[in-house]
Amino acid sequence: MSDSKVTAHLDGIISDFEGSEVNPSHSNMSAPPHPQPPAKGASHGTGDFSYVGIDAILEQMRRKAMKQGFELNIMIVGQSGLGKSTLMNTLFKSKVSRKSVVSNPEERIPKTIEIKSISHDIEEKGVRMKLTVIDTPGFGDHINNENCWQPIMKFINDQYEQYLQEEINIDRKKRIPDSRVHCCMYFIPPTGHCLRPLDVEFMSRLSKVVNIVPVIAKADTLTLEERDFFKQTIREGLRANGIDVYPQKEFDEDADDRMINDKIREMIPFAVVGSDQEYQVNGKRLLGRKTKWGTIEVENIAHCEFAYLRDLLIRTHMQNIKDITSSIHYEVYRVRRLNETNAQPNGQPPNTLVNPQQANGAAAQHQVLTHEM
Amino acid sequence: MAATEIARQAGEGARAVPLAGHVGFDSMPDQLVNKSVNHGFCFNILCVGETGLGKSTLMDTLFNTKFEGEPTQHNQPGVQLKSNTYELQESNVRLKLTVVNTVGFGDQINKEDSYKSIVEFIDTQFEAYLQEELKIKRTLHSYHDTRIHACLYFIAPTGHSLKSLDLVTMKKLDSKVNIIPIIAKSDAISKSELTKFKIKITSELVSNGVQIYQFPTDDETVAEINSTMNGHLPFAVVGSTEEVKIGNKMVKARQYPWGTVQVENESHCDFVKLREMLIRVNMEDLREQTHTRHYELYRRCKLEEMGFKDTDPDCKPFSLQETYEAKRNEFMGDLQKKEEEMRQMFVQRVKEKEAELKEAEKELHEKFDRLKKLHQDEKKKLEDKKKSLDDELNGFKQKKTAAELLQSQAQQAGGSTTLKRDKERKN
Repeated sequence: MSDSKVTAHLDGIISDFEGSEVNPSHSNMSAPPHPQPPAKGASHGTGDFSYVGIDAILEQMRRKAMKQGFELNIMIVGQSGLGKSTLMNTLFKSKVSRKSVVSNPEERIPKTIEIKSISHDIEEKGVRMKLTVIDTPGFGDHINNENCWQPIMKFINDQYEQYLQEEINIDRKKRIPDSRVHCCMYFIPPTGHCLRPLDVEFMSRLSKVVNIVPVIAKADTLTLEERDFFKQTIREGLRANGIDVYPQKEFDEDADDRMINDKIREMIPFAVVGSDQEYQVNGKRLLGRKTKWGTIEVENIAHCEFAYLRDLLIRTHMQNIKDITSSIHYEVYRVRRLNETNAQPNGQPPNTLVNPQQANGAAAQHQVLTHEM
Repeated sequence: MAATEIARQAGEGARAVPLAGHVGFDSMPDQLVNKSVNHGFCFNILCVGETGLGKSTLMDTLFNTKFEGEPTQHNQPGVQLKSNTYELQESNVRLKLTVVNTVGFGDQINKEDSYKSIVEFIDTQFEAYLQEELKIKRTLHSYHDTRIHACLYFIAPTGHSLKSLDLVTMKKLDSKVNIIPIIAKSDAISKSELTKFKIKITSELVSNGVQIYQFPTDDETVAEINSTMNGHLPFAVVGSTEEVKIGNKMVKARQYPWGTVQVENESHCDFVKLREMLIRVNMEDLREQTHTRHYELYRRCKLEEMGFKDTDPDCKPFSLQETYEAKRNEFMGDLQKKEEEMRQMFVQRVKEKEAELKEAEKELHEKFDRLKKLHQDEKKKLEDKKKSLDDELNGFKQKKTAAELLQSQAQQAGGSTTLKRDKERKN
């Protein structure tokens, strides 16, 4: 066989290998089935009476979605040195982290928690996505970390506020730009024991306003038993403190959903390893970390759970994450915000922001009363 | 305590980044479509046209189902809008279809107000959505959208031009809904007349400034077909739910003694084009236009009408809320003032009534006193009378006793007198 043929053959195997890595272990998390486009063309004229063509709307929706593109805003929170930026780069297979953008990355820990957000336009197979990565350098790095979640909470609420403002405008844009944080990845250092007070405090506060996806960072320092034990302790800790991380139990829509999400809930938090360097393993080039005792393959589920995380976040549940953000977290914020400015003196907030019928009704009642006198 | 410092880097000009491998977000459209499939779709069509133009039949033909049992009763005055919702399913797509029919359109002698009930209906649907959107606790994603997505305007096949009723109605509706004009019962017009008719109609619409729905031509996949179809507007359709055997197939057709009009034959009528455009290619676009153009226009007008503005002189943020607050306070102030007024008036009335009642009481007292006095006088009189009567009676009694005494004396004397007489006689 010639060289080029070999490489082509190998490439074929790699793509198969990458694809098949994921399938055998968790068929429920494979990419969603592509709905069949209806048969178009001249055939509808000749013999297909019962075919109206309603299902062509799926194709229309898909076209519209492709034209509009998608938006995704991910926030990454964790102490410095946990590999957050590397994981982002690994997830999106490109240099999307803050460090890659800033020309002279300062390695010192900032005195105050900063919130830096960077947007990227990425495209795959015709699907365009605006990915915004929101980094929080300085979190948990100080001696006194009291209230370090406050700037983050404020940022998240500010995004909701911005969206709300645009939504209640009279002259509003066709597509309101969505800068709301869809998903917050919280990095837990691989201590192997249990959740730290900082973790508990942060997650319990933020799980109420945003979808939290906890991950165990730098998981290559844990053996498999240690990893399982750690995960269990973390899960217990979350349960004990009433922290509802994504996927939240109460937002399961139906039995199928619950089944899929239960499987995921058994596995969180995902123990991940990130890397943006490729090494040669068994004749293939794979993303991994090379050490003296072996090479950790990032996308090998026997080594770490990166593939699960990527599938959950990107391939299967991305739309669901966005939906929960917009229809639940945002609505909660909206209700709270509108109630605090709307509450009447006797403390009972009305259910409508603007109710002309009510206003008219009161005026009408008043008129009737004066006539009776 | 950590202070905050928010920095936005390259927020607006997002950089394009190449991907080094397969990430997997190309499944996003699939995820979105799956979610919509689970949710179901809804589509609302309004059919406007005079009685007898075949609106119900066309709907039946378009969606391949028998929608209504019997034809609608046409005995109500004015234009009524009847809406019916149906659940259709094709492969894995569930569609909630609402068909709204105008009953009695064009039947009146004076048709000036015919369009009003239609406009009112459309506005009511927008209003309902606006109310839901403005609620504090809202459920937008499970809300059953009743806004009209497409309005099929049925033009009578006269062959000459548009009726003035048609022009007026379409002009009133074009800013509220997507209008698709169609020539109904087009098997009544010959081919040559049809082309002239179509040209006449389009020129009339243009010269009167009526904005009918144009199929979108910005997406390359459908730009071509849409622009050709745009040239065929208005579609000349024939509807039929009866099937006739042509060759060896059963086709939907209308059978006449001189021939058969096949509904799905492109050379006979434009039904296929209508179905293609309405359902198979542009349903989503119709829904989008309704939401982003017509509904937004309605919302803007409605909110401005209620006095809300986006920017105050000093561009305060959240001014909708504040304007609302100001208005609410104003209104509450008004309300309180009116309440005060009412209360004052009430107090005054009460006072008046009280005074009246007092007067009446006084009068009654006086009357009572008078009567009492009268009564007393009468009583006195009666007593006097009684007294005099008593006196009389006494007097009479005395007289009587005296008389009796006299009588008894007299009798005795008489007896003695008789005795005396007897004695005298004897003697």
